[in-house]
Amino acid sequence: MAKTKVLERKPLSFAEKTFLPQIVTGLKTTFTSMLQKGVTLQYPEERPTIPDNYRGVPTLVKDPNGREKCVSCQLCEFVCPPKAIRITPGAIDTDAEPERAHVEKAPQEFDINMLRCIYCGLCQEVCPEEAIFLQDIFSLSGYSREEMINNKQKLYELGGTLPDKHFKWDKKKSAEAAGNAH
Amino acid sequence: MEFLDASLPYIMPIVYAVLMISVFMGLCSYSVLAERKVSSWIQGRVGPNRTRVPLVGHIPILGNVMTGLGLFQPVADGLKFLFKEEIVPGHVNKGYYYLAPIIALAPALTTMVVLPFGRYVDADGITQPLVLANVDLGMLIILGISSLGVYGIVLAGWSSNSKYPFLGGVRASAQMISYELAMGLALLPVFMWAASPGYYDSEGLFVEGSRYGMSLFGVVQSQQAAWTILWQPLSALLFLVALFAETNRLPFDMAESETDLVGGFHTEYGCFKFGLFFVAEYAHIIMGSGIFVLLFLGGWNFLPWVADPWGDGIFGSVLSVAWFMAKVFFMIFFFIWMRWTLPRFRYDQVMSLGWKILLPLAVGNLVLNTIIIALYDTLTR
Ligand code: SF4
Ligand code: SF4
Repeated sequence: MAKTKVLERKPLSFAEKTFLPQIVTGLKTTFTSMLQKGVTLQYPEERPTIPDNYRGVPTLVKDPNGREKCVSCQLCEFVCPPKAIRITPGAIDTDAEPERAHVEKAPQEFDINMLRCIYCGLCQEVCPEEAIFLQDIFSLSGYSREEMINNKQKLYELGGTLPDKHFKWDKKKSAEAAGNAH
Repeated sequence: MEFLDASLPYIMPIVYAVLMISVFMGLCSYSVLAERKVSSWIQGRVGPNRTRVPLVGHIPILGNVMTGLGLFQPVADGLKFLFKEEIVPGHVNKGYYYLAPIIALAPALTTMVVLPFGRYVDADGITQPLVLANVDLGMLIILGISSLGVYGIVLAGWSSNSKYPFLGGVRASAQMISYELAMGLALLPVFMWAASPGYYDSEGLFVEGSRYGMSLFGVVQSQQAAWTILWQPLSALLFLVALFAETNRLPFDMAESETDLVGGFHTEYGCFKFGLFFVAEYAHIIMGSGIFVLLFLGGWNFLPWVADPWGDGIFGSVLSVAWFMAKVFFMIFFFIWMRWTLPRFRYDQVMSLGWKILLPLAVGNLVLNTIIIALYDTLTR
């Protein structure tokens, strides 16, 4: 068992009993901290640096070729605890995007209601296509309820493009062409 | 014209009084700003730095500096208090509820009448104080009237009809009574020293007692060489501690103590009535600082053992006022500085400090000084 060491407590000296030297020390401390530079960030003009894994507003991203990644699987809609996501699935326009015809599905509508979203990040976690990301937007406001619902266009605007290592659908296509589709 | 000449003696005092009130109120609002700024600097923040008045605030560079220092903030603060919705809780005792803030502020504004703030040399070559009413017993008036301010707090606490304000009011009254004694006793040695032993009148005869009676002006004039604080440090310390307690400032802000009493006596007050309490607190601080400067820091005298470098003319008077104000500003700063240095005392500690330490010390100090003065007078006569 560890030995408890009892520290001897010295009786206060007369000067300490008057508190005055301590008060002077305290005054010195506060005065020096007054002369130091403040740590305030002048918020609207200066912004804090947001770490990479920050969970901000959920957004939809495109792949480096500028193509839509979401395949409208609706997993995020199912997993979203407060039911903030509403997706209307649709087919890919094969005439407009022949190189993506084999993906078959894309969202027609994709709404995230930011009044419901709790920024849990489950949508990002569950997405098989890495199409939805919670990025660095942390202050979101609007004048009406409608304004607070991010539609597909807005979500892509906010999301932009993230680097993609997989190019899953391109690989799929070339594999198919090589005759070993699964 | 004749009518004007005849009415001038009546009009001028009013003009002076209005002038002084406006300066004093300006000081109050800017000490609120000083409090906010100094507090934030001590805490590593920036403080109010956004309020900008059109035109003045848009002068290049200077406007930005003034905005950054928050110099327009008091205007915004005042307007906010004026235009806020006035909510009177249903359970208050209306009459006293409205009366309380007025009673809190009025004494603080009344005492400034007898506060000398500079000196001038009149036509006969006699130095005279710059003061609204040059009363012989100025200090007694200040002590008497300023402690009436506690009625405002007690009334506010009582008429609010809710328990936290009530506790605040009770604490304030007990605290004021305890520290008033020590304060008065700490003052006596100063006046005794300032008055003794006597002076030679214009015919060269020795007159006992002070030329100025018990006036504050006399105390300041007696400090032309050594400031009182240098040879009466104990009196100064006692007075300063009592002053902090009387002005309800941290570490003695028992009446407010927002951590255990919500907001203390002004919990139920909002908008301009709260603003009045706020101004009253700062008015008390300014008055307290002014008195401390007059009694212990040499008033408008330049430095200990250094004669005033300014002359006797108008220029000299203006500089004496400026120098006095500079010292007052330092004291106001000291009040704020102290606030962020010391934590609040526990209530029983406040009481035991007042009765068991300050009061005996003050009595001892008084007796000691009396003996010294008596010895000094017998030996030098
Ligand atoms: S972050 Fe959570 S709450 Fe928000 S949309 Fe995604 S899953 Fe729903
Ligand atoms: S964002 Fe991802 S999880 Fe949601 S529907 Fe699109 S592909 Fe599926």
